[in-house]
Amino acid sequence: MVVDLARRQGIVELKQFTRSREAVVFTMAFPIIMILIFASIFSDEIAPGVNYTQYFITGMIATGLMTVGFQSLAIQIPIERDKGVLKRYRGTPMPKWVYFAGKVLMVAGIGVVEVALLLAVSIGFFDLEPPASAAKWFTFAWVSILGLSACTLCGIAFSSVPRNARSATAVVTPVALVLQFISGVFFVFTDLPAWMQQVAAIFPLKWMCQGLRSVFLPDSFATVEPAGSWELGKVALILGAWCVLGLAICVRSFTWQNKYSR
Amino acid sequence: MGNDLAVSVKGLRKAYGRTVAVDGLDLDVRRGEVFALLGPNGAGKTTTVEILEGYRKRDGGEVRVLDRDPAEPTADWRGRVGIVLQGTGEFEELTVGELVHHFAAFYPKPDDPDEVIARVGLTGKAKARTHGLSGGQKRRLDVALGIVGRPELLFLDEPTTGFDPEARREFWQLIRDLNAAGTTIMLTTHYLDEAEALAQRVGVIADGRLVEVAEPGRLGNRANAPATVSWRTPDGTVESKESDTPTALVSELAARFGGEVPGLTVTRPTLEDVYLRMIGAA
Ligand SMILES: Nc1ncnc2c1ncn2[C@@H]1O[C@H](COP(=O)(O)OP(=O)(O)OP(=O)(O)O)[C@@H](O)[C@H]1O
Ligand SMILES: [Mg+2]
Repeated sequence: MVVDLARRQGIVELKQFTRSREAVVFTMAFPIIMILIFASIFSDEIAPGVNYTQYFITGMIATGLMTVGFQSLAIQIPIERDKGVLKRYRGTPMPKWVYFAGKVLMVAGIGVVEVALLLAVSIGFFDLEPPASAAKWFTFAWVSILGLSACTLCGIAFSSVPRNARSATAVVTPVALVLQFISGVFFVFTDLPAWMQQVAAIFPLKWMCQGLRSVFLPDSFATVEPAGSWELGKVALILGAWCVLGLAICVRSFTWQNKYSR
Repeated sequence: MGNDLAVSVKGLRKAYGRTVAVDGLDLDVRRGEVFALLGPNGAGKTTTVEILEGYRKRDGGEVRVLDRDPAEPTADWRGRVGIVLQGTGEFEELTVGELVHHFAAFYPKPDDPDEVIARVGLTGKAKARTHGLSGGQKRRLDVALGIVGRPELLFLDEPTTGFDPEARREFWQLIRDLNAAGTTIMLTTHYLDEAEALAQRVGVIADGRLVEVAEPGRLGNRANAPATVSWRTPDGTVESKESDTPTALVSELAARFGGEVPGLTVTRPTLEDVYLRMIGAA
């Protein structure tokens, strides 16, 4: 019964998403356009057998997951709060978690399509090798799921930071953009200054990128990583920690109404 | 249980910073009645109603709504209370039908969503996205979402703002039907005729205080209010006089004019006069 409610909520969320055309186009097409641009400009070899395009594509897959989970929710929820959508849900006997479950299902749905699309484009046009073994597929799956979960929970948690819908984009976009610059999406991570690497290592995106590189880049590239290995254990640990932190913040301080209606 | 009050409020207080919105308000709504809260802009109607709905925190006073403190709502309690807010929450990309069906699923014993859509007169728009609805149609949708859970107690904050006259009549009938089926209703309004047509009791609120509660016909002691007699004096000016005994005054005038009194009118205050006097005096 309650699970059914969550499923319905997820469907309603997905319906709303797919029906707002600009959201679909922006979310889905943006990473692809970025890949087209960057892969056409930079194609140098950054290590034996690895060119920049492959490196950048893995970063873009991670970025796509972050956009779907973090950016879209941290911007969309304040809009819904301002429009009184949240207030309206709160006036019904719907358990609060159903609202979050709906968002999670929506993000999962969009995330799957987004990643499939990116993979298809990258493999079809930019010579990305699909994961070579079952073990790599498994790593790909858990890094994506755990990373997307962390981003989703942090996105819901962060949605309480912008005070209104108008400021949401302005507050959220720079956070996401800065993370992309310092986490090894646009630049090879180990080329960045040490202090920047240390800052990036606090946040999930760096670990998502690293986890995905272990899937798509040759094993020889591991030696180029900061620790000289893929550090998959640490990837799992840090992404898991962000899930816990995000969830704790959601539970404690999610705001259902803006300050003008309290 | 066994309490015959659906809502009871004693000494309610709420301030926003330095603005005192509700200042020691007392109010009861009996089970089964339609209660209208009337008051000018900024009087504190929305603040009061949203405290009763569990949306806003109060600064003081005792409040019971269906035997619970609304500051600590439970899912069961929420299921028994229907809410139509003054400001609407928009789900732009969904259709009317999808939305009402979705909300029905939140409640333990909902009404048939399609029937609810018909009752608010939106059947023709059931497949339309809500962002394309007119103002009055959006308001009807708000009402549909408020009643689809078959509430025991229904709050409506200025429900008919934006309705055309016919829609308003239909809405009144809907409220009467719901009330006849046992729903207790508390609504706010700026329309005196609405309060008069629907409510068994009317409360007038001004500056965060309840000025009076009465049956619409007795508000401001209207039935016994002094009448105003006016007439034209021989030099052409209009003179008028308030009187508790207008009949005596008229016969005195008749004697003075030796027959017909020029321009004679005798009026008692309308509900509007009484209301304006009450909120002006507050
Ligand atoms: N969130 C808020 N923050 C600050 N002041 C508020 C807030 N909500 C209401 N007020 C103030 O409290 C007072 C009462 O407002 P309220 O909305 O309760 O009035 P109302 O009777 O519903 O008016 P209206 O008929 O215009 O809807 C007003 O002076 C208003 O400016
Ligand atoms: Mg109001």
